[in-house]
Amino acid sequence: MARKQQSIYYTEGLPVPETPPPGKEPQPWGKTDVIGKPWSRVDAYERVSGTAVYPSDVLLPGMLYAAILRCPHPHARVRRVDISPAEKMSGVRAVIGPDTPEADLSWSFRDKETKIFGTVCRFEGETVAAVAAETPLQAWDAAGAIVVDYAVLPHVADERHALDGDAPRIHEGGNTVKTDTYSRGDLKKGFAEADVVLEQRYRTEAELHTPLEPHGCVANWDGDQLTVWESTQGVYAVQSQVAETLGLPLSKVRVIGHYMGGGFGSKLRTSRYSIIAALLAKKTARPVKAFLTREATYLAMGNRPPSNMTLKAGIKKDGSLTALEFTCLGTGGAYPAGGTSLVDWQIRDLYLCPNVRTECTDVYINAGPARPFRAPGHPQCSWALEQMLDALAEAIGMDPVALRLKNVPAVSQAREGNPPYTTTGLKQCLEEGARRFGWEEARHNLGPAGRRGHIRRGVGMAASVWFVGGGRPPATVILKLFSDGSANLNMGASDIGTGTKTVMAMVVAEELGLKTEMIRIEHADTDTTQYATPSGGSKTVPTEAPAVRDAAVQVKQKLMEMAAEETGLPVDDLVYLGDAIASRNQPDRRIRVTDIAGLKKRGVVVGVGHRGPNPDKKTVNPFCAQFCEVEVDTKTGELRILRFLSANESGRVMNRLTFDSQVVGGITMGIGLATTEMRILDGAQTGKLVNRNWHDYKLPTALDVPANITSVPIEMPDNEANSTGAKGLGEPVTIPTAAAVANAVYHAVGIRITASPINPLQLSSLLERRKKES
Amino acid sequence: MKKKTSRQEKQSGWMMSRRGFLTGMGSGALCVAASGHLFADDRVHAAAPVLAPGALSKITLYVNGREYDVLVEPRWTLLFVLREKIGLTGTKKGCGRGECGACTVLVDGVPRYACLTLAVEAEGTAVTTVEGLLRGEELGAVQSAFLEEDAFQCGYCTPGQIMSVEGLLRKNPAPSIDDIRTAVSGNLCRCGAYSHIFKAAARAAKAREI
Repeated sequence: MARKQQSIYYTEGLPVPETPPPGKEPQPWGKTDVIGKPWSRVDAYERVSGTAVYPSDVLLPGMLYAAILRCPHPHARVRRVDISPAEKMSGVRAVIGPDTPEADLSWSFRDKETKIFGTVCRFEGETVAAVAAETPLQAWDAAGAIVVDYAVLPHVADERHALDGDAPRIHEGGNTVKTDTYSRGDLKKGFAEADVVLEQRYRTEAELHTPLEPHGCVANWDGDQLTVWESTQGVYAVQSQVAETLGLPLSKVRVIGHYMGGGFGSKLRTSRYSIIAALLAKKTARPVKAFLTREATYLAMGNRPPSNMTLKAGIKKDGSLTALEFTCLGTGGAYPAGGTSLVDWQIRDLYLCPNVRTECTDVYINAGPARPFRAPGHPQCSWALEQMLDALAEAIGMDPVALRLKNVPAVSQAREGNPPYTTTGLKQCLEEGARRFGWEEARHNLGPAGRRGHIRRGVGMAASVWFVGGGRPPATVILKLFSDGSANLNMGASDIGTGTKTVMAMVVAEELGLKTEMIRIEHADTDTTQYATPSGGSKTVPTEAPAVRDAAVQVKQKLMEMAAEETGLPVDDLVYLGDAIASRNQPDRRIRVTDIAGLKKRGVVVGVGHRGPNPDKKTVNPFCAQFCEVEVDTKTGELRILRFLSANESGRVMNRLTFDSQVVGGITMGIGLATTEMRILDGAQTGKLVNRNWHDYKLPTALDVPANITSVPIEMPDNEANSTGAKGLGEPVTIPTAAAVANAVYHAVGIRITASPINPLQLSSLLERRKKES
Repeated sequence: MKKKTSRQEKQSGWMMSRRGFLTGMGSGALCVAASGHLFADDRVHAAAPVLAPGALSKITLYVNGREYDVLVEPRWTLLFVLREKIGLTGTKKGCGRGECGACTVLVDGVPRYACLTLAVEAEGTAVTTVEGLLRGEELGAVQSAFLEEDAFQCGYCTPGQIMSVEGLLRKNPAPSIDDIRTAVSGNLCRCGAYSHIFKAAARAAKAREI
């Protein structure tokens, strides 16, 4: 006896969002039933039960394991590689190196070409040779037996010395990648008008992404068809690079990345290991698993570059900014990799200022190439700008929040033609954030007013804009409605842990009245799912969600057409209810969706959704303001962060639960920049990376973050931005965090810390110096 | 002659496997920990068979209430055997050297890094992995609490976090926030879900009371 089928609808007999006629855009959602509510993830079961198969979990029959030998020097010429000792070792099935003909492939970083196994290694960790063996340890034993004759070359591992006359040249044209300048207004006039002018140097240290799942893949050939299971933020991006490097048509390369253990920008594109895995798999005719050691991820899988910044700012007594002059020296490492990319954006765009000049110089050093890291350039810029605003506020005797409120722009000053923002919640973020945090009271009671004993408390704040975050075309998704009314959503985008799949299921649920658990998501597979750009730039929700809404609307339109035909009622008289389609004029005339003959006959009804264009002559950006309270032990230099609050205007809140998770995560990562993280290169002697593991390179742990983190969404559905009203969130939440901490430390102890990280070593020595000076 | 060769083989066998072991793991801390277990006791040392590199020995592991007979090299970690030989891939590898805690399992009820535990060391113990917390297809209390509090993002550190919380609650059913922080302080989360993990641990403690 068949069990009675459970209901698949959360609403029966009630209207779902109105269905526009074909070719017309749907109206913005009014009151929503699913969107905006806290919703557990549709894939939570897999992630907490251990059944989710991440790429590093893939096990295939006959699978071999790769070990990749990497250059131990920051700069060296490879004279000769002898792979023969490795070939004879137990369990070894293939060894490849620079002399292996099929491995003679070029690899490029923007306009600079090298090889899969380069003859010149420009950073420690460049790939030199690789082994595939029956077990990982056999592979590593064999990699260690490969004999490499290096001519060690002089290195430069500190960007501050890259342009010195005696610095070794890393590329033929010298060590300058480029210098970008930007200006508006009249800087001289701006400084002349100012009542106060301050100038300060700032530095942020390089940060390493270190996602918990190492970078890597499993590669397998079926004849001339390659399948790669890759830990990636974008399967299509990996597919195109692998196909191009190996000279294969796109249709012969399938990339699958259903789950991935974190990326933060470092897994947006692919790396040489994927090519190496494919070459080893081809040579052995066996699947090959190539996952990097943790140490290799430190050396070669990207970083947030260090930034050496100088900011000069002029302000009038009433709080109007009159001039901002900014210079930055940065480095993307040994190849062109955006060492100063977007590092001046907040200066150019966040606050009203008529006279601005920026100059950013990107240089080469012998270190691993940078990769985009959660809001590239922005937290560095925020570190300088937001500390400067704090200092300016003090200089003119104005509250830091009031100073920022005085300078809220309505248009994007940095963009050509000064386009207005579709929505700007900067003012609301500042006001509502300050109110919810209890800013005025805390500012008054803590800081200088409360300086007694050796435990000092203070509060600080900072705000931000994110350069993009509005999403954009292209995006294509397919929604299939099965004959029982349940649905399958097919999209190529990766869910990198932000809850993309869940938000998309919620969009379908909202439009069709379906329970989210009745929607299965098929995603991140270049063979079976639709084209998507990589998940990065805080654009996945605003890019994909409108395409999903479009697909759902099309499904409804098709079902309504079928219902019209079968009932003889005109289409424009019909209204879509959760489980049925009814006549507006004769409400008792209705047909259940699952009784529509067309659906029963075809088995499925399909909607193909696309992402439409962004609004003309307007810009779509998310805004944020953060507030925190800290405690400093002036005897030890220890810093405790007691509480944090983030007010975010990211358009419509899609899922309150995953929204808050993003906020908590962004703050935690920003606390890392502020207090613990710094890449240390031994510039003076070996040029090697000194802290190449999680013991020496500290991430914030459970003991370093406040339990009290409050998320305050400033909900302003951005109906001009796209049909869901949502903007990005993942990056804005980490931009102002470090600067807010630095400002709170200043409030607590009166010391302005301009170089990250604020660790006990630095803080105690600054406290000690001040003691001596006074 | 024959005897001499065999003796040399045996010696080089020790050397090779020990060197390979160190190279492969690359961790001083691991070397001390493992040699402490394997070699400190002279009687064990004298009785232990000397294996050639690559030679496998049969051990029996007791994982999630089931016995597994597996062939292992003495240098293989419990993590490697769980993931790549038994196929229990819920336990994750983040570093392989005792830094991140993604590989946390319970050994006789106590949280332990499976990457710092040799498979041969785990013989005779009861190992519990994240899969072992399921009742059939149903989530255990700690797993459910993580789901409800959204105490994860990418989910890769999550099995380790869950096992650390499970170990804590078995020892201390009513933990304070500081007990919770300390219990998961050996589990890194780069997505930064800590404050939700604290909530999940507290929720799981409550759920287990009932």
